[in-house]
Amino acid sequence: MSSIPIDWIWGLIGGLMIGLGGAVFLLGNGRIMGASGIIGGLVDGSGRSNAAERLVFLAAVFLLPIVLHPLYRPFETHATTNVAVLVAAGLLVGIGTRIANGCTSGHGVCGISRLSLRGIVATVFYIMAGGLTVVLFRHILGVI
Amino acid sequence: MQRLILAFIAGGLFGSGLFVSGMTDTTKVQGWLDVFGNWDPTLAFVMGGAIIPMAIAWAFTKGRKPLVGGDFPAPPEPKLGRNLVVGSVLFGMGWGLAGLCPGPAVASLSYGGWPHWVFFAAMLAGMFAAPAVRARVDRAVPAE
Repeated sequence: MSSIPIDWIWGLIGGLMIGLGGAVFLLGNGRIMGASGIIGGLVDGSGRSNAAERLVFLAAVFLLPIVLHPLYRPFETHATTNVAVLVAAGLLVGIGTRIANGCTSGHGVCGISRLSLRGIVATVFYIMAGGLTVVLFRHILGVI
Repeated sequence: MQRLILAFIAGGLFGSGLFVSGMTDTTKVQGWLDVFGNWDPTLAFVMGGAIIPMAIAWAFTKGRKPLVGGDFPAPPEPKLGRNLVVGSVLFGMGWGLAGLCPGPAVASLSYGGWPHWVFFAAMLAGMFAAPAVRARVDRAVPAE
């Protein structure tokens, strides 16, 4: 685990890049950079009026890692191969973020940075739920 | 066109930041949520790093207009509401189960392998179903 201190630094650098992206989207286009809202608006049709902006944003999120991948350390995402877990998790994330109207980027990064009570409360709840889920499914049930 | 270029830059920074920070590695996310396991602090550095430029950007919006015109987002809604809590809890459960949230789910599609496509498809299905789920919850348990 000697790589952990380096991971903090990469985390901070990556975090600054994420925040910079959000700053460009806000100051440039006047929009909140929330991943679930950008995707969800395309899926349920509520974002039809600015679909091009959403698609271009998501295309860049998808494409840039392809460019960076060969330049960067060997990368493994360690995702589970349990299809039931993947499907259940995907459904929960999709439904939950849309009902809550935001996820880690919208409520977390963009909300907390403007001291939005909604952003802070949402973040407290999804972190608590995530923590309890990991404890339950990893340490008690041993599924993940 | 300017709007689309800015959306590409914002998405590019977001996707690069998610990749560089290690947030597409599900073990780092679950490792941060797992306070009873081998706790990984990286996510806190990513969040902190992202909030700094965003807080500066929000401060900069005062008395100004977005670069492409229009208006900045309205001040955060003060009302919390049941949906914010219910949605965030559901989202947190899915986040803990798979270690993925909407942004990293898109950023990892190109190199994460098939489990990421399964999660992504389920997430889109969840987002598609969310308005109906929300309506059903509202009918069953009318909000305050």
